[in-house]
Amino acid sequence: MNTSASVAPSEIQPALNHLEQELSAQAVGVTLRNVTKRYGSFTAVENINLEIQAGSYTCLLGPSGCGKTTTLRMIAGHEDITSGDLLIGERRVNDLPPTQRNTAMMFQNYALFPHKTVWENVEFGLKMRQMPKVERATQVNEILEIVGLSKFADRKPAKLSGGQQQRAALARALVTRPQVLLLDEPLSALDENLRVKTRSELRRLQKQFGMTFVQVTHGQDEAFALSDQIIVMDNGRIDQIGTPDQIFQQPSSRFVARFVGDNNIFMGKVREVATDTVQLEVEGIGRVLCARQNQPAEVGMAAACSVRSDSMSLQPYPPADSTAPNQFTARVVSVEFTGYVTRVSLLSEATGEEITYKARSNDWEKQTVAEGQLVTLTWSSNDCVFLAH
Amino acid sequence: MTKTWKSFQPYALALPQTLVFLLFLILPILMIGLVSFWQFNGYAMVREFTLGNYSDIFTSNVYLTTYLNTFKYVLLVWFFCLAIAFPVAYFLAFHIQSQSLQIILFLVCTVPFWTSNIIRMISWIPVLGKEGLINSLLMRLNLVQEPVTWLLYSDFAVVLGMVHLYSFFMIAPIFNSMMRIERNLITAAEDLGASGWQILREVILPLTAPGIAIGSIFVVTLVMGEYVTVRLMGGGQSASVGKLIQTQIGSLQYPLAAANAVILLLVTLILVVGILRVVDIRKEL
Repeated sequence: MNTSASVAPSEIQPALNHLEQELSAQAVGVTLRNVTKRYGSFTAVENINLEIQAGSYTCLLGPSGCGKTTTLRMIAGHEDITSGDLLIGERRVNDLPPTQRNTAMMFQNYALFPHKTVWENVEFGLKMRQMPKVERATQVNEILEIVGLSKFADRKPAKLSGGQQQRAALARALVTRPQVLLLDEPLSALDENLRVKTRSELRRLQKQFGMTFVQVTHGQDEAFALSDQIIVMDNGRIDQIGTPDQIFQQPSSRFVARFVGDNNIFMGKVREVATDTVQLEVEGIGRVLCARQNQPAEVGMAAACSVRSDSMSLQPYPPADSTAPNQFTARVVSVEFTGYVTRVSLLSEATGEEITYKARSNDWEKQTVAEGQLVTLTWSSNDCVFLAH
Repeated sequence: MTKTWKSFQPYALALPQTLVFLLFLILPILMIGLVSFWQFNGYAMVREFTLGNYSDIFTSNVYLTTYLNTFKYVLLVWFFCLAIAFPVAYFLAFHIQSQSLQIILFLVCTVPFWTSNIIRMISWIPVLGKEGLINSLLMRLNLVQEPVTWLLYSDFAVVLGMVHLYSFFMIAPIFNSMMRIERNLITAAEDLGASGWQILREVILPLTAPGIAIGSIFVVTLVMGEYVTVRLMGGGQSASVGKLIQTQIGSLQYPLAAANAVILLLVTLILVVGILRVVDIRKEL
């Protein structure tokens, strides 16, 4: 049975066009309302509310055990929902089996059937849906052509490279024409270079087909590069929902600030509250003026602020005006050249806290600061995000 | 000096095992092969070449019936072992979630092996006999007027005994195969719309095939050479090639017994090769 006969390029375009139309026309959103998942006394996901737009790329981001995979599996129907409502499009699908949800899932490590060829793997979903053989063959060939695996149709998964396996898994998920594609760490098994390449391929496919993609990831780079919307999760709860830019520029909690990148977080007490600024008293630093983004603030409350390690600047010690806010004395502990960026670790003289400063390597080379030297770090209050929690 | 030693080392390591095999496996088989061509004069072997032992076997109806009967046992025992082992292994591998319970239940499957085969076979007699448990129950309930006689000393009893003895040899490799199936594959099959039966047929069964093949090899080779169960449970009513060989040895007809042994060995090897051709078991080894 050689069903993998290659299709001439001129035949792909029309196939592609009609698939694009078909997939983008049927893309729907996903809504979670007060969704909770408990295993016995353990709460994996607690009271989640979430709106995922049709045709958007959403990443569930968080450390392992934060409930992101459970959330994805609940959307797919591989986990029951303890309470709450799950809507795919307008349909409430709480009690529907996976097949009737019009979702498809791409698994971590792909879960390709090892005893079936690429072609049979991709065909599987259609075969289970009892699609006639001829129609099946057309659709499988079409999707294999799109992911560029036609030549490998007769191979078993073990004879494919990591990238090819990834594409085979993608083809298998897409061939059933899902309304929502759910991806569980689809890039984690690939090496760094391939990951970046495959990442942009995924994004391109998602845009081309206008499909709704929901992806689980623990890598902020991946989430930033792919998403229209990022959902940061911790301990079974949603910490922040926002665009990559919002998450990066304005983390809404200490957890997000810590998880999302090289933010320096300072704990302190609120001294003064204005409409769009808050003044904190931070031990070892003194006054810190930060921007306030709709976060509740009260004089006297314990709070924190976060400054990105690349939006600080290094000044010689001692500072010109030692009473000015937003400045901080520390000793350079180590300097790490990481390529484009140079990472500097500093230790606060007053509190023993560790701080990270990042500079473009080109800029750093012009500095004369050496390890062991005392410096003053300053930052603008606009770059300092007030965090109530 | 060191170089010659290095190249000699692997052979030296393999030598003890090779000697054991040569001495205790190859040599005896060759001797059996040799004896199978010797003559028998009624009370002793005569070292003279003959094909008579083989032609006797191939022309006698008694022998043919015995061989056919042995194949019947093999087929029935294999079938029932598989029919029991597959669901048991499936239950252990896929329904029991806790790993420690899985191991405990798997060990429970081995409990019968704590008693010797012969005692286990003899224990069937008070259950299946004319005055046995089953018959007395049937009589009490007035379901039968006369004791059911085919329960013991019959083909039924022989097959029952062998299934009892050998089903574990099928359970173990199938369980092992099933435990190697990634759970994600089953979720993936569900996600793609497969029903329980479809998952079984399309995913679990093909991936369990090597385990079934290994279990089948165990069961087939064990049953092909069986004579204890045939003797105890068949009570002289049933015959197998193994039992035939034993009888012939008892009456000192060594050449004939050897010829039967050679044929039995060849047939068993053909069956094993046949199984290996159908299923690729390399993955399991």
